[in-house]
Amino acid sequence: MAGTSAATVTPTEGALLPMVGKSDTKPTWCPGCGDFGVIAAIEMAVKKLKIPSHNVTIVSGIGCSSNLPHFLSSYGFHAIHGRSLPVAEGIRWANHELTVIATGGDGDGFGIGCGHFVHTMRRNVDMTYVTMDNQIYGLTTGQASPTSMMGQKTKSTPSGVIENPIDPIALALASGATYVARGFSGDVKHMAELIQNGIAHKGFAFVDALSPCVTYNKINTFDYFRQRVYKLETSGHDPTNLAKAFERSLEWGDKIPIGLFYRTDRPTYEDLEEVLSAGPLARQPAGLKGRDALLDEFA
Amino acid sequence: MKEISVLAGGQAGDGIASVGETLSKAFTRMGLHLFGLNSYQSVIRGGHVSFLARASPDRVPSQGDACDVLYALDQQTIDIHLPGLSQGGTVVHDPEKFALPAERLPVGTSALGVPTLEIARKYTNQSILQNAAGLGATAFLAGIPLDLLQRTLADSFGKKKGEVVDWNLGASADGYKFAQEHAKPNQHALAPAGEPKLLLTGNQAIALGAAAAGCKFLAQYPMTPASSIMHWLAAHSRDLGVVVKQAEDELAAINMAIGASFGGVRAMTATSGGGFSLMVEALGMAGMTETPVVVVESQRSGPSTGLPTKTEQGDLNLMLGAGQGEFPRAILAPSNPAEAYRFTVRAFQLAEEWQTPVLVASDLHLSESYGTVDRAEIDLDVPVPPIATVEPNGHEYKRYRYTASGVSPRAIPGQPGLNFIAGSDEHDETGHLISDVKSGVPVWVAERAKMMEKRMRKLEGLARTTDPPVLEGPEAADVTFIAWGSTAGAVRDAMRILSARGVHANLLFLPTVYPLHGAAVAARLAKAKHPILVEGNYSGQLGRLIRAETGLEIRDKLLKYDGEPFYPMEIVRKATEVIEHGRN
Repeated sequence: MAGTSAATVTPTEGALLPMVGKSDTKPTWCPGCGDFGVIAAIEMAVKKLKIPSHNVTIVSGIGCSSNLPHFLSSYGFHAIHGRSLPVAEGIRWANHELTVIATGGDGDGFGIGCGHFVHTMRRNVDMTYVTMDNQIYGLTTGQASPTSMMGQKTKSTPSGVIENPIDPIALALASGATYVARGFSGDVKHMAELIQNGIAHKGFAFVDALSPCVTYNKINTFDYFRQRVYKLETSGHDPTNLAKAFERSLEWGDKIPIGLFYRTDRPTYEDLEEVLSAGPLARQPAGLKGRDALLDEFA
Repeated sequence: MKEISVLAGGQAGDGIASVGETLSKAFTRMGLHLFGLNSYQSVIRGGHVSFLARASPDRVPSQGDACDVLYALDQQTIDIHLPGLSQGGTVVHDPEKFALPAERLPVGTSALGVPTLEIARKYTNQSILQNAAGLGATAFLAGIPLDLLQRTLADSFGKKKGEVVDWNLGASADGYKFAQEHAKPNQHALAPAGEPKLLLTGNQAIALGAAAAGCKFLAQYPMTPASSIMHWLAAHSRDLGVVVKQAEDELAAINMAIGASFGGVRAMTATSGGGFSLMVEALGMAGMTETPVVVVESQRSGPSTGLPTKTEQGDLNLMLGAGQGEFPRAILAPSNPAEAYRFTVRAFQLAEEWQTPVLVASDLHLSESYGTVDRAEIDLDVPVPPIATVEPNGHEYKRYRYTASGVSPRAIPGQPGLNFIAGSDEHDETGHLISDVKSGVPVWVAERAKMMEKRMRKLEGLARTTDPPVLEGPEAADVTFIAWGSTAGAVRDAMRILSARGVHANLLFLPTVYPLHGAAVAARLAKAKHPILVEGNYSGQLGRLIRAETGLEIRDKLLKYDGEPFYPMEIVRKATEVIEHGRN
C-alpha cells in the first residue's frame, strides 16, 4: 500500500470526496464488448481503495479500449497511439502522489507501443497498466494484432496469421514487472481484485485483461475463454516463484490461467530517483533565483 | 578589431578539446571575449579533431577566418590547417613526431619545434602528457601569463590532486619556458582586458536557461549535438531538483515531457533532427491537448544520419511543418550563448502562456561552440509563477473553454473538483472527444470548427508576444543580410570587415523564425538595397518562408550545406560580388 498511501485517504475522509465513477460520456463500445467488464473492474477497484477521483489519472493510447478514460470521472489523458506509458510515467514523476493507471489495447501496448512496455516495466514505475487484450485491431475494423493467434484469418491476413503471437505475461515477467496478472472480462469481480491489488502494489503492476471483441474476433470469444480459463489462486501456484510464473505464462491452449502470476518487491523508479525524495516534483521549488554561485563553473 | 586565434589539432583521443578549453578559459579570465570552435568526427579514437579559440577585447561572434598560433600534434593537422595560418603566424610542433621542412611554411610564418615528448618523458612514459607541454608553449605564444595558465589548468582537474596534476603543471611550465627561451609571443598576443567573462557552450546556456525558467523535468535520448544539454542537467540534477530521464527513444522522451507538463511541472526535451522526426506526432498532441512543452532541436547535417558531427540549418521546414493538421507553435532561434539562455527562458514562458509547444532551434555550431557572456547578461532571477491558473470555485470547469485569446484556464491533476480529460482526439470544451459518434453531426461539425479557431487564435497571441526581427548595423546600407540562428555570428563578423572596407552592411536577424512577423520583415526588405539571404541549407528554407508570408523573394542567396559553419570572408566575398553586379 505504501505506493499509494499519500493518495489513499481514510474511509471517513474519502467518503466526503467524490470517488471515481462514471462520467457523463457514455461508452461507445459495441454491445457485449469485453471492455465493459474492464471498466467496471477498474471503477470497482479504485472505489474499494477509496482514492478520491482527483488523485487518479487514467492515461490511454488509441484504439477502442483507449477511449476508456472518457467514460470515468477521474483526471484523464487520452494520448496518441502507443504512447500511454511514457505519458503516464511523466505524470507519475511530476506528481508521485497521484494514482496513475494506464489503459489500452493489445495493438497499442504490444504493437506500436511495445518498446515503452518493456522499458516501463524494467524501471518498475509505481503505476498500474491494464491492457484490454482482444487479439485483434477493432477500431480499424479487424486486422491482425500482435496477440492474434497463428493461423487466424483477418482482413490483413486473409490466409491466416503467420507470426507467432506475443505472450504479454511472459514478456512482462522477462522485463521485470513486479506484479503480473491476467484477468478475464467474463469475471469482473476477479479482475477487479487483480486491479485493486495491482494499484495497491508498490511498483509496476501489469494486468492483461482478456477482453473479447464481439465484432471482429470470432475465435477468442467469451465462450472460448469460459471453456478454458482457470484461476491460479486455486491451483496451487506460488506467485513469488518467477520460474513457476514463467511456466504458467506458457500455458495457452485447452487451459488458460488467469489470476496473479507473479509478485515481488523491488525499489520503484520513484524510490531511486533522488530528486523525488524531496516530495512531488510539482510542489518543489523551481527556478534559479539566488543561485548566482552556479555561474562560477563558467568563470 | 584586435584579436588572436589559436588552433590546436590532432587525433581524437589526443586531448585536443581539453587543450582548447584550457586556453579558452585562460583567455576569458584575462577579460577577453572568445569564440571556441570544437571540430571533430564521428569516431571516439583516431580521426582529425581541432579546437580553435579566437579571443578579443571586443565581442567575438564567430570563429573568424584566420589562425595565428597553430599547435599541431600530427602531420594531418599541418596538412589541413597550415594554409589558414595568418601572416606572422607560428606553428608549434614536436620535431620528434614529424618534420616540418621550412619550405612548407607560408611566407611570413614561422615554426617552433618544442620537445614535448622529451618533456613528457621527464615525468612519465605516458605520451598524453606531451599535450601539457604543447599547451604551455602555445599559451606563451598567445600571450597568456604563466601563472594564469597554471591556475586554469589546475582548475580543469577539479578537486583532483596528486602526481597526474603535478605532472601536467610541470610539463606545461616546461613547455612555456622553452617557448619563452626560443621565441617571442605572437604579434597578435593580447593584454588582459578587464572583468573575466563567463565561457559556455550554446547547450550549457540552453540547459541553464531551462533551469532558470523553472524546468523540473527533462527527458531526452542521446543524439549529437543535443546530448550535452542532458549532460549538464544530469550533472546538476540533485542540486537543482530537476529530474533528468534518459528515455528509451525520442518517442518516449517527448511523451514523458508532455506527461510531466500535464502533471504540473515545466518540462522539456531536446534532440537533433533525427530524434525530432520521431517526436513529430507527439508535438501535435501537445498542440491538441494544449499542453506546454519546450523542444530543443539542435540541427546537424542531414538528411537521414547525415554528418552526425557537422552543422546545418536544414530542419526549418521540418520544424515548421512537424505534425499532422494545424496547431499553434513558435520557433525561437538564438545565435549565441547569451541568446540561447534568454530564448530558452522565453520559450518556457511562451509555452506556458499560450499552452502549446515552443521550439528552440539550435544547431551544432551554436550548441557545441563556446562563447562568452558578461556575468550581468545571465539574469537568473526569472519569475516562476504557479502552473495551475484555476482554483476550484464550485462552478463547472471547462479545461478547453472558448476564450478570446484561445487560452483556457489550466488545472493540474490532484486539484479537487477540476477533473478533466486531455484528449488527442478533437474534443469539446470539457475535453471529451467529439471524434466518434458525434463527428459529422451538424452541431458537432460547428463545434469542431470553433475548437480549431480557439486553438489557432493563440498563434495571433504568439505573433504579438514573440520577439520581432532586429535590424543590426546602420539603418542605410549597401547590403542587407537576412539570417537566423548561429549563422548570424559569421554575418556580424562580415559586417565588421565590410565596414572597414567602406561598405555599409546591416543584418536583419530573426530571433523568432515562426510566427514570422511578416509585416516587419517586408517593411525592412522594402528598404534593403541589396538583400542577401545567408542560410545553412541547400534550398533557402527561411527565404521560402519569407516568400510565402510576404510575397517577397530574396534572390541573392549564400547557402551552405557542406557541414561546415559559415566563415566571415565567404560572406564578405558574396556581398562584394552582389554589390559589383549591382543586382537588386
